[in-house]
Amino acid sequence: MALYAVLLLAVLFYLLPLVVMLLTSLKSMADIRAGNLISWPEEFLLDAWVKAWSSACTGVSCEGVGAFFWNSFQITIPAVLISTFLGALNGYVLTKWKFRGSDIFFGLMLFGCFIPFQVVILPMAQTLGWLGLANTTTGLVFVHIVYGMAFTTLFFRNFYVSVPSELVSAAKIDGAGFFTIFWRIILPLSTPIFVVCIIWQFTQVWNDFLFGVVFSGGDTQPITVALNNLVNSSTGVKEYNVDMAAAMIAALPTLVVYVLAGKYFVRGLTAGAVKG
Amino acid sequence: MKTNATSDAAGTLSTRGLLADSSAQGAGSSNLLDLMQRWLPKLVLAPTVVMTLLFIYGYVIWTGVLSLTKSRFLPNYNFVGFAQYEKLLDNDRWSVASLNIVIFGGLFILICLFIGVVMAILLDQKIRAEGSIRTVFLYPMALSFIVTGTAWKWILNPGLGLEKLLHDFGYESFQFDWLVNPDMAIYTLVIAAVWQSSGFVMALFLAGLRGVDGSIVKAAQLDGASMPMIYRRIILPHLRPVFFSAFIILSHIAIKSFDLVMALTGGGPGYATDLPATFMYVTTFSRGQIGLGSASAMMMLGVVLAILIPYLYSELRGKNNA
Repeated sequence: MALYAVLLLAVLFYLLPLVVMLLTSLKSMADIRAGNLISWPEEFLLDAWVKAWSSACTGVSCEGVGAFFWNSFQITIPAVLISTFLGALNGYVLTKWKFRGSDIFFGLMLFGCFIPFQVVILPMAQTLGWLGLANTTTGLVFVHIVYGMAFTTLFFRNFYVSVPSELVSAAKIDGAGFFTIFWRIILPLSTPIFVVCIIWQFTQVWNDFLFGVVFSGGDTQPITVALNNLVNSSTGVKEYNVDMAAAMIAALPTLVVYVLAGKYFVRGLTAGAVKG
Repeated sequence: MKTNATSDAAGTLSTRGLLADSSAQGAGSSNLLDLMQRWLPKLVLAPTVVMTLLFIYGYVIWTGVLSLTKSRFLPNYNFVGFAQYEKLLDNDRWSVASLNIVIFGGLFILICLFIGVVMAILLDQKIRAEGSIRTVFLYPMALSFIVTGTAWKWILNPGLGLEKLLHDFGYESFQFDWLVNPDMAIYTLVIAAVWQSSGFVMALFLAGLRGVDGSIVKAAQLDGASMPMIYRRIILPHLRPVFFSAFIILSHIAIKSFDLVMALTGGGPGYATDLPATFMYVTTFSRGQIGLGSASAMMMLGVVLAILIPYLYSELRGKNNA
């Protein structure tokens, strides 16, 4: 019984912030001042959600986080698809078409998983400026592809290592080429790793803050940057219900992915973590 | 090569169309095709090679060069040797940030490891509803540190947050002002970061526990060993590699911690909760001291390498011996 009591306490600890966020986002400010963190709302109101989405102030502009929510999708979707696809091709080359130096290159690339990004953002900022991509979502897509690729390559490489090489060599003898083998033999086997990789990349890119805050401009910011501006801008009265509603909006896409595909999410975490 | 069952399977697979592809090609072009086929893999990998060399290694060197210059608002290349590093080590704000990363990182890693092991062991006792409990422990990993920071900033709000909750429960004298107390604010970062990452460590350990050979445990039980003894002497030593990788991941998260600080404390009160990552950002982008900021970034890289290289070295050596 003690065992279950401890586990129950732990469950409450992990659930508390989500419950508090949700309850607070559904209260009025008067209700918040009268009650406490976990008191039931007097009345369930969606006002804070509406305001967070369409009229809350995020720094200079007061148009809510809605537009930034879509920015995040505009950044995330191409970045995830391109980096995943490139990762699949790289993984395929690094396991089935090895050449002299390819293993060394993989080692060099792995290092890219570990560097603190602070050490590359200044040169990258300057490069994006030269390319005319500063303050654009395209620039952010580019950055996320560049720094996401080490991970996607790692995922696919570790997956393809366990695909029997006989499959490939037999096809080669039959005269099949590089891309034919990839399309007809490798890709059909790759669904699970695609799911893992896409979920991992989606979470990484959606939740990114550092690249967003450094490389984006006023109206190209991702949701995380907008949320931070909304919460930490010091103008006017603090509306905690709006803050929490905005935080929920920022959290929803990744939470939905987690709920729908938790198994793959965890698999990605452990696979990415153990090696990367 | 076509000797075993797998390649036979592949052979059948290929006859479905691959053969037709190759026979359709004329004999004359086959040399050219061969050549192309040989270069194709390298060609496909080439963009990644270029990007890695340029945007990772090239940029690290570039930042290193900048850290040796007098650059302020714009990069320039007037070299001053290691003057920026000397300035950095004399900088009060940097000393606070370095001390903070030791406190924050140390506590964060230790507490996460502790909670992770304990929860994993508890969950490994054939618990009912294990799946749902695991789901609850892990969902914070799906959230952005900005969301986590926002939520905890509200929970720890002096006045309306936890303090009010406990007052309503009857603990009238309860005071909780860590968020605005320069001496305690760093611990609020630990609380939020542990909340976010400990479930993940639990998942790693749980996977490790499931990998322990059950027959060894049974044998020890037959010899009369008690369960705590078995955990201490047999199971936990088996989990050593998990401890190592969890340590590496957690220290990596700690050193990169930037978003959480920005959302939860903004580095404040004053600069009491600055970490190297926030120091680098503020110095470089808000204060226009690019040289100094680059030096701090290089220091961060140095710390990561100092942790990573011994780890990779032992990993590789372990593999060669095996």
